[in-house]
Amino acid sequence: MMSDELRCKDILQDLSLYIDHEASVMLCEEIERHLAHCTDCRVVVDTLRRTVSLYQTLPKPEMPEHLRERLYRTFQLESLLPDHLVVSEPDAENHDDNRSQLHESPKS
Amino acid sequence: MNDLLQEQTLLQRIRAGDKAACAECIDLHGPGLYRLALRLVHDDKDAEDLVQETFLQAFQAIQHFEGRSELRTWLYRITYNAAMMRFRGQQATVSVDEALEESGTVIPQQLTDWCCLPEPEFQTDEVRVQIEQAIRELPETLRAVFVLRQLEGVSTQEAAETLNVSVEVVKQRLHRARLWLRERLSDYFVERI
Repeated sequence: MMSDELRCKDILQDLSLYIDHEASVMLCEEIERHLAHCTDCRVVVDTLRRTVSLYQTLPKPEMPEHLRERLYRTFQLESLLPDHLVVSEPDAENHDDNRSQLHESPKS
Repeated sequence: MNDLLQEQTLLQRIRAGDKAACAECIDLHGPGLYRLALRLVHDDKDAEDLVQETFLQAFQAIQHFEGRSELRTWLYRITYNAAMMRFRGQQATVSVDEALEESGTVIPQQLTDWCCLPEPEFQTDEVRVQIEQAIRELPETLRAVFVLRQLEGVSTQEAAETLNVSVEVVKQRLHRARLWLRERLSDYFVERI
Protein backbone atom coordinates (compact mmCIF):
# COMPACT_ATOMS: atom_id res chain seq x y z
CA MET A 1 0.00 0.00 0.00
CA MET A 2 1.06 3.65 0.14
CA SER A 3 4.14 5.06 1.91
CA ASP A 4 2.20 5.72 5.13
CA GLU A 5 1.98 1.93 5.49
CA LEU A 6 1.47 1.62 9.24
CA ARG A 7 -1.38 4.08 9.18
CA CYS A 8 -3.00 2.24 6.29
CA LYS A 9 -2.80 -1.00 8.27
CA ASP A 10 -4.36 0.67 11.29
CA ILE A 11 -7.20 1.98 9.17
CA LEU A 12 -7.63 -1.37 7.48
CA GLN A 13 -8.46 -3.10 10.75
CA ASP A 14 -11.43 -0.82 11.34
CA LEU A 15 -12.93 -0.71 7.88
CA SER A 16 -15.77 -3.14 8.60
CA LEU A 17 -16.82 -1.02 11.57
CA TYR A 18 -16.68 2.01 9.30
CA ILE A 19 -18.72 0.62 6.41
CA ASP A 20 -21.24 -0.92 8.85
CA HIS A 21 -21.67 2.51 10.51
CA GLU A 22 -20.57 1.01 13.81
CA ALA A 23 -17.42 3.10 14.22
CA SER A 24 -17.36 5.91 16.78
CA VAL A 25 -17.59 9.49 15.56
CA MET A 26 -13.93 9.98 16.43
CA LEU A 27 -12.87 6.86 14.51
CA CYS A 28 -14.99 7.87 11.51
CA GLU A 29 -13.28 11.25 11.44
CA GLU A 30 -9.85 9.63 11.64
CA ILE A 31 -10.67 7.24 8.81
CA GLU A 32 -12.12 9.99 6.63
CA ARG A 33 -9.06 12.20 7.23
CA HIS A 34 -6.91 9.31 6.08
CA LEU A 35 -9.10 8.52 3.08
CA ALA A 36 -8.94 12.14 1.96
CA HIS A 37 -5.30 11.71 1.02
CA CYS A 38 -4.90 7.94 0.53
CA THR A 39 -6.13 6.73 -2.84
CA ASP A 40 -5.30 3.09 -2.13
CA CYS A 41 -7.39 2.96 1.03
CA ARG A 42 -10.25 4.73 -0.75
CA VAL A 43 -10.20 1.99 -3.38
CA VAL A 44 -10.21 -0.65 -0.65
CA VAL A 45 -13.16 1.00 1.11
CA ASP A 46 -15.16 1.37 -2.10
CA THR A 47 -14.51 -2.14 -3.35
CA LEU A 48 -15.07 -3.62 0.11
CA ARG A 49 -18.41 -1.84 0.32
CA ARG A 50 -19.29 -3.10 -3.17
CA THR A 51 -18.26 -6.64 -2.22
CA VAL A 52 -20.54 -6.58 0.81
CA SER A 53 -23.45 -5.21 -1.22
CA LEU A 54 -23.01 -7.93 -3.85
CA TYR A 55 -23.38 -10.58 -1.16
CA GLN A 56 -26.34 -8.82 0.40
CA THR A 57 -28.25 -9.13 -2.87
CA LEU A 58 -27.28 -12.74 -3.49
CA PRO A 59 -30.44 -14.89 -3.83
CA LYS A 60 -30.94 -17.25 -0.89
CA PRO A 61 -31.15 -20.95 -1.73
CA GLU A 62 -34.56 -22.35 -0.86
CA MET A 63 -35.08 -25.49 1.15
CA PRO A 64 -36.34 -28.15 -1.29
CA GLU A 65 -39.91 -29.32 -0.76
CA HIS A 66 -38.74 -32.94 -0.82
CA LEU A 67 -36.54 -32.21 2.20
CA ARG A 68 -39.51 -30.82 4.11
CA GLU A 69 -41.46 -33.97 3.22
CA ARG A 70 -38.53 -36.14 4.25
CA LEU A 71 -38.37 -34.39 7.61
CA TYR A 72 -42.11 -34.72 8.11
CA ARG A 73 -41.87 -38.44 7.34
CA THR A 74 -38.86 -38.88 9.65
CA PHE A 75 -40.79 -37.44 12.57
CA GLN A 76 -44.09 -39.09 11.57
CA LEU A 77 -45.76 -35.81 10.77
CA GLU A 78 -47.16 -36.84 7.36
CA SER A 79 -50.70 -36.24 8.55
CA LEU A 80 -49.84 -32.55 8.75
CA LEU A 81 -48.94 -32.40 5.06
CA PRO A 82 -51.66 -31.58 2.54
CA ASP A 83 -52.71 -34.87 0.88
CA HIS A 84 -51.53 -33.87 -2.57
CA LEU A 85 -48.02 -33.19 -1.24
CA VAL A 86 -47.52 -36.61 0.29
CA VAL A 87 -45.47 -38.47 -2.30
CA SER A 88 -43.00 -41.28 -2.04
CA GLU A 89 -40.22 -39.69 -4.12
CA PRO A 90 -38.88 -36.14 -4.40
CA ASP A 91 -40.79 -34.22 -7.06
CA ALA A 92 -39.80 -30.63 -6.48
CA GLU A 93 -41.22 -29.35 -9.74
CA ASN A 94 -44.78 -30.20 -8.75
CA HIS A 95 -44.34 -28.94 -5.22
CA ASP A 96 -43.14 -25.45 -5.97
CA ASP A 97 -46.64 -24.17 -6.60
CA ASN A 98 -47.83 -25.50 -3.25
CA ARG A 99 -45.13 -24.15 -1.00
CA SER A 100 -47.30 -21.67 0.82
CA GLN A 101 -50.00 -24.23 1.54
CA LEU A 102 -47.44 -26.63 2.90
CA HIS A 103 -45.98 -23.97 5.12
CA GLU A 104 -49.32 -23.05 6.63
CA SER A 105 -50.75 -26.52 6.97
CA PRO A 106 -49.03 -27.63 10.21
CA LYS A 107 -50.32 -24.56 12.02
CA SER A 108 -53.93 -25.23 11.15
CA MET B 1 -47.26 -12.43 21.58
CA ASN B 2 -43.59 -11.44 21.47
CA ASP B 3 -40.91 -13.63 19.90
CA LEU B 4 -39.53 -14.89 23.21
CA LEU B 5 -42.93 -15.91 24.50
CA GLN B 6 -43.79 -17.54 21.18
CA GLU B 7 -40.57 -19.52 21.32
CA GLN B 8 -41.19 -20.61 24.91
CA THR B 9 -44.68 -21.74 23.95
CA LEU B 10 -43.35 -23.64 20.94
CA LEU B 11 -40.71 -25.35 23.09
CA GLN B 12 -43.29 -26.37 25.68
CA ARG B 13 -45.48 -27.85 22.98
CA ILE B 14 -42.57 -29.78 21.41
CA ARG B 15 -41.58 -31.11 24.85
CA ALA B 16 -45.18 -32.21 25.39
CA GLY B 17 -45.03 -34.24 22.17
CA ASP B 18 -47.20 -31.91 20.09
CA LYS B 19 -46.58 -33.01 16.49
CA ALA B 20 -47.89 -29.78 15.03
CA ALA B 21 -45.30 -27.91 17.09
CA CYS B 22 -42.52 -30.10 15.64
CA ALA B 23 -43.82 -29.33 12.16
CA GLU B 24 -43.86 -25.61 12.97
CA CYS B 25 -40.29 -25.84 14.17
CA ILE B 26 -39.25 -27.55 10.94
CA ASP B 27 -41.03 -24.96 8.82
CA LEU B 28 -39.67 -22.06 10.86
CA HIS B 29 -36.04 -23.10 11.14
CA GLY B 30 -35.52 -25.69 8.39
CA PRO B 31 -34.87 -23.17 5.58
CA GLY B 32 -32.17 -21.32 7.54
CA LEU B 33 -30.52 -24.55 8.64
CA TYR B 34 -30.54 -25.81 5.07
CA ARG B 35 -28.89 -22.62 3.79
CA LEU B 36 -26.22 -22.80 6.49
CA ALA B 37 -25.58 -26.50 5.83
CA LEU B 38 -25.41 -25.96 2.07
CA ARG B 39 -22.88 -23.14 2.43
CA LEU B 40 -20.79 -25.26 4.78
CA VAL B 41 -20.70 -28.47 2.76
CA HIS B 42 -21.53 -27.37 -0.82
CA ASP B 43 -23.56 -30.45 -1.58
CA ASP B 44 -27.36 -30.67 -1.73
CA LYS B 45 -27.60 -34.22 -0.40
CA ASP B 46 -25.10 -33.70 2.39
CA ALA B 47 -26.87 -30.50 3.37
CA GLU B 48 -30.20 -32.33 3.52
CA ASP B 49 -28.66 -35.05 5.67
CA LEU B 50 -27.27 -32.42 8.00
CA VAL B 51 -30.64 -30.75 8.42
CA GLN B 52 -32.24 -34.08 9.24
CA GLU B 53 -29.45 -34.88 11.68
CA THR B 54 -29.93 -31.48 13.30
CA PHE B 55 -33.63 -32.00 13.94
CA LEU B 56 -33.03 -35.57 15.12
CA GLN B 57 -30.49 -34.36 17.68
CA ALA B 58 -32.59 -31.37 18.64
CA PHE B 59 -35.86 -33.21 19.20
CA GLN B 60 -34.05 -35.92 21.16
CA ALA B 61 -32.35 -33.37 23.40
CA ILE B 62 -35.15 -30.81 23.57
CA GLN B 63 -35.97 -31.76 27.18
CA HIS B 64 -32.46 -30.69 28.16
CA PHE B 65 -32.41 -27.43 26.19
CA GLU B 66 -32.25 -24.78 28.90
CA GLY B 67 -33.04 -21.83 26.70
CA ARG B 68 -29.87 -19.92 27.53
CA SER B 69 -29.64 -19.12 23.84
CA GLU B 70 -32.37 -18.72 21.26
CA LEU B 71 -33.72 -21.92 19.74
CA ARG B 72 -32.42 -20.81 16.34
CA THR B 73 -28.92 -20.33 17.75
CA TRP B 74 -29.00 -23.78 19.33
CA LEU B 75 -30.12 -25.36 16.05
CA TYR B 76 -27.47 -23.50 14.06
CA ARG B 77 -24.89 -24.74 16.52
CA ILE B 78 -26.00 -28.35 16.13
CA THR B 79 -25.79 -28.01 12.34
CA TYR B 80 -22.38 -26.38 12.47
CA ASN B 81 -20.96 -28.95 14.86
CA ALA B 82 -22.45 -31.81 12.85
CA ALA B 83 -20.94 -30.41 9.66
CA MET B 84 -17.53 -30.07 11.26
CA MET B 85 -17.65 -33.52 12.84
CA ARG B 86 -18.84 -35.10 9.65
CA PHE B 87 -16.53 -33.47 7.18
CA ARG B 88 -13.47 -32.69 9.22
CA GLY B 89 -13.60 -35.67 11.51
CA GLN B 90 -12.61 -33.58 14.47
CA GLN B 91 -14.04 -31.37 17.17
CA ALA B 92 -15.62 -28.19 15.88
CA THR B 93 -13.77 -26.03 18.31
CA VAL B 94 -11.06 -23.50 17.68
CA SER B 95 -8.13 -23.33 20.05
CA VAL B 96 -7.03 -20.06 21.55
CA ASP B 97 -3.82 -20.25 19.51
CA GLU B 98 -5.75 -20.78 16.32
CA ALA B 99 -8.04 -17.89 17.15
CA LEU B 100 -5.06 -15.67 17.83
CA GLU B 101 -3.43 -16.70 14.59
CA GLU B 102 -6.54 -15.57 12.81
CA SER B 103 -6.32 -12.10 14.22
CA GLY B 104 -3.90 -10.96 11.50
CA THR B 105 -5.27 -8.76 8.77
CA VAL B 106 -5.62 -9.71 5.12
CA ILE B 107 -3.40 -7.18 3.36
CA PRO B 108 -5.05 -5.87 0.19
CA GLN B 109 -3.05 -6.58 -2.93
CA GLN B 110 -5.62 -5.54 -5.51
CA LEU B 111 -5.79 -1.76 -5.50
CA THR B 112 -7.65 -1.12 -8.74
CA ASP B 113 -11.09 0.42 -8.44
CA TRP B 114 -13.62 -1.78 -10.22
CA CYS B 115 -16.70 -0.08 -8.77
CA CYS B 116 -16.81 2.04 -11.95
CA LEU B 117 -17.94 -0.94 -14.00
CA PRO B 118 -21.44 -0.52 -15.48
CA GLU B 119 -24.15 -1.91 -13.19
CA PRO B 120 -25.21 -4.67 -15.64
CA GLU B 121 -21.69 -6.09 -15.31
CA PHE B 122 -22.54 -7.00 -11.71
CA GLN B 123 -25.86 -8.64 -12.51
CA THR B 124 -24.84 -11.51 -14.77
CA ASP B 125 -25.12 -15.22 -14.03
CA GLU B 126 -21.36 -15.47 -14.43
CA VAL B 127 -20.88 -12.94 -11.64
CA ARG B 128 -23.25 -14.83 -9.38
CA VAL B 129 -21.23 -18.00 -10.01
CA GLN B 130 -18.04 -16.13 -9.13
CA ILE B 131 -19.60 -14.77 -5.94
CA GLU B 132 -20.79 -18.22 -4.89
CA GLN B 133 -17.49 -19.82 -5.80
CA ALA B 134 -15.62 -17.26 -3.72
CA ILE B 135 -17.64 -18.28 -0.64
CA ARG B 136 -16.66 -21.90 -1.25
CA GLU B 137 -13.01 -20.94 -1.39
CA LEU B 138 -13.11 -19.02 1.89
CA PRO B 139 -11.15 -20.64 4.71
CA GLU B 140 -13.58 -22.74 6.74
CA THR B 141 -13.65 -20.71 9.95
CA LEU B 142 -14.10 -17.46 8.03
CA ARG B 143 -16.83 -18.99 5.89
CA ALA B 144 -18.98 -20.02 8.84
CA VAL B 145 -18.88 -16.51 10.30
CA PHE B 146 -19.49 -14.88 6.94
CA VAL B 147 -22.49 -17.09 6.16
CA LEU B 148 -24.08 -16.52 9.56
CA ARG B 149 -23.43 -12.79 9.82
CA GLN B 150 -23.54 -11.60 6.22
CA LEU B 151 -25.87 -14.05 4.49
CA GLU B 152 -28.17 -15.15 7.32
CA GLY B 153 -28.09 -11.82 9.12
CA VAL B 154 -27.63 -13.22 12.63
CA SER B 155 -26.23 -10.90 15.27
CA THR B 156 -22.57 -10.92 16.29
CA GLN B 157 -23.57 -12.33 19.68
CA GLU B 158 -25.66 -15.11 18.13
CA ALA B 159 -22.86 -16.03 15.73
CA ALA B 160 -20.42 -16.14 18.65
CA GLU B 161 -22.73 -18.48 20.58
CA THR B 162 -23.26 -20.66 17.51
CA LEU B 163 -19.56 -21.06 16.85
CA ASN B 164 -18.50 -21.11 20.49
CA VAL B 165 -16.07 -18.23 20.07
CA SER B 166 -15.92 -14.72 21.48
CA VAL B 167 -17.73 -11.74 19.99
CA GLU B 168 -14.35 -10.22 19.18
CA VAL B 169 -13.32 -13.31 17.19
CA VAL B 170 -16.56 -13.12 15.20
CA LYS B 171 -15.88 -9.48 14.35
CA GLN B 172 -12.31 -10.23 13.30
CA ARG B 173 -13.31 -13.22 11.21
CA LEU B 174 -16.11 -11.32 9.48
CA HIS B 175 -13.72 -8.52 8.60
CA ARG B 176 -11.08 -10.94 7.36
CA ALA B 177 -13.68 -12.80 5.30
CA ARG B 178 -14.84 -9.59 3.67
CA LEU B 179 -11.29 -8.52 2.86
CA TRP B 180 -10.55 -11.99 1.52
CA LEU B 181 -13.64 -11.93 -0.70
CA ARG B 182 -12.87 -8.40 -1.86
CA GLU B 183 -9.48 -9.61 -2.98
CA ARG B 184 -10.96 -12.62 -4.74
CA LEU B 185 -13.68 -10.63 -6.52
CA SER B 186 -11.21 -7.88 -7.39
CA ASP B 187 -9.14 -10.42 -9.33
CA TYR B 188 -12.24 -11.18 -11.37
CA PHE B 189 -13.63 -7.68 -11.90
CA VAL B 190 -10.31 -6.00 -12.65
CA GLU B 191 -10.06 -8.20 -15.74
CA ARG B 192 -13.29 -6.65 -16.96
CA ILE B 193 -12.34 -2.99 -16.73
